Amino acid sequence: MDDLINSFMTGPDEKGRFGIFGGRFVSETLMPLILSLEEEYEKAKTDDSFWAEMDFLWKHYVGRPSPLYFAERLTERLGGAKVYMKRDELNHTGAHKINNVLGQIILARRMGKTRIIAETGAGQHGVATATVCAKFGLKCVVYMGAHDVERQAPNVFRMKLLGAEVIPVTSGRGTLKDAMNDALRDWVTNVRDTFYCIGTVAGPHPYPAMVRDFQSIIGKETREQMQEAEGRLPDTLVAAIGGGSNAMGLFFPFLDDKDVAIIGVEAGGKGVNAKMEHCASLTGGRPGVLHGNRTYLLQDDDGQILEGFSISAGLDYPGIGPEHSWLHDVGRAQYVSITDKEALAAFQLCCETEGIIPALEPSHALAHVAKIAPDLPKDHIICMNMCGRGDKDIFTVAKHLGVDMSATEGRNAG
Amino acid sequence: MTRIESTFARLQAEGRKAFVSYIMAGDPDVDTSLAVMKGLPGAGVDVIELGLPFTDPMADGETIQLAGQRALEGGMTLDRTLQMVRDFRKDDNDTPIVLMGYYNPIYSRGVDTFLAQANEAGIDGLIIVDLPPEEDEELCIPAQAAGLNFIRLATPTTDDKRLPKVLQNTSGFVYYVSITGITGAAAAQAADVAPEVARIKAKTDLPVIVGFGIRTPDTSRAIASVADGCVVGSAIVSEIAAGKPVEDILSFVASLAEGAHSA
Repeated sequence: MDDLINSFMTGPDEKGRFGIFGGRFVSETLMPLILSLEEEYEKAKTDDSFWAEMDFLWKHYVGRPSPLYFAERLTERLGGAKVYMKRDELNHTGAHKINNVLGQIILARRMGKTRIIAETGAGQHGVATATVCAKFGLKCVVYMGAHDVERQAPNVFRMKLLGAEVIPVTSGRGTLKDAMNDALRDWVTNVRDTFYCIGTVAGPHPYPAMVRDFQSIIGKETREQMQEAEGRLPDTLVAAIGGGSNAMGLFFPFLDDKDVAIIGVEAGGKGVNAKMEHCASLTGGRPGVLHGNRTYLLQDDDGQILEGFSISAGLDYPGIGPEHSWLHDVGRAQYVSITDKEALAAFQLCCETEGIIPALEPSHALAHVAKIAPDLPKDHIICMNMCGRGDKDIFTVAKHLGVDMSATEGRNAG
Repeated sequence: MTRIESTFARLQAEGRKAFVSYIMAGDPDVDTSLAVMKGLPGAGVDVIELGLPFTDPMADGETIQLAGQRALEGGMTLDRTLQMVRDFRKDDNDTPIVLMGYYNPIYSRGVDTFLAQANEAGIDGLIIVDLPPEEDEELCIPAQAAGLNFIRLATPTTDDKRLPKVLQNTSGFVYYVSITGITGAAAAQAADVAPEVARIKAKTDLPVIVGFGIRTPDTSRAIASVADGCVVGSAIVSEIAAGKPVEDILSFVASLAEGAHSA
């Protein structure tokens, strides 16, 4: 770790950079809008009335604080470190995504924007955006890769129930990256009345910092709750990473606690190999520029972006938030990868031992916990972010376990 | 003086408007796109914009995106794009070539290596869509130091407060984007464009060329008449996508050029 750095919590700089990562790599049409968003966010950040509105809705609409839960049977089964789960899957809409969406929609209202667009992979961010738009009576358009529309049908139906228009994206391979391209195209076209609600800690400055700040409620609560439960901070934090917003939210308030080990878990797909059948940008990629920021990307020798591969639609993105790239390069956080197969095993383990059906995204984090916990002492405390619930994934998991659910689908649709 | 600067100086002296055309390098294959490119000056094209294919062209519409996909599927690379320029330069040492695309393939190559290769191949200027003035030290400033023009886009959202920043490190010409939107979308309206061009010309001596939303000889003439010239891309790329013979593509280009030149 770089001892010359006094604090890991001061970024980004005025150019929106974390070291060399981040920045504002967007077309001129969007530039004035991004600058005005930055100005508006800077104002809101120090405005008590903004945070009062957030706190009220976090408590009464989202259900925060989410519990910090000691996973006793899982801990026994693994036979080593004590495992805690930050239960963000209990939030309204079933994932951490709504923490950030609330903040952005309140900002959009302050900016007088009447139309909200979003991209979504697993559909959790799309559902959260559609939900908050319904609450505030705003028009909502969600871009979703056609392949994801197919594998996340329940979330597509939810968004439609909530009054959002879901546009299937067929360009590229029809996943999250392509949905983000089309959302950016929409924004360039409808720049005057539209607010782009980005779902992760990526995109042009100020999005990575702003989304991190909204998601940091996860880590702030965890600090307090862990003090209450154990009288000290955890030894190790573990979170899954696609773009990396749930992870940044958990990690950020602990970055300057040098005794707390931080581990991000990328989607290893079929394995981080030469065939690139994975989404592990840090393990298998190199720095490049895409979607408004410089960060680690899966790309070929000619700088063309590669499609990621993961069982989890929410992790299926060839990039990662720029702050993670920086934390990786300076050595403050460690990044590992977990395969589809390992994530599926952890998914089942969690159901059996804790009565919690996790989303496939945090199943990756859990799989890494299951790998390291047995070899750690019993007084070692691991906190993993249970950032989403698995209801949306049961069809995918059934398919992989060889269970035919087509006959029951109709009965369960209500 | 770059080929771009001398071309605009000549056009100005002749009192003529510029016609700029865009094609994607390697679409649908290198031989066809090189044949089209070689025919462009004869069809009346004053400046050639050559698209560098990219997997994620966020500011482009479907027409250009599909052209990029066809090129990439055909094995197009940065090296082959540069080779296309070298092959063009064997017979034509006068027509300016502007490479247009996105930053990542250039960043991946390394800026200094890329600039040396672009210069040697005979490229005169760059339009890199995802590099606003805020990121000038990435490529804009090194490119101008290497003797290449860096052409910036100004858009309907570039207000008076921001315009000086956009013009500051721009050279060759200013590319005014006629609409808020992506390439190949809504039609440009001369009545909307005229006051915007005047607003920009009040702040710079550089030629102002208008692109996006120009598909016909009539629009080409109408837009060129209120600016220093116009750009057509998607409409030409659509002809290539339709698999038309090279001579038919070039006669369509000639009709667009004729529109601009009669303005």
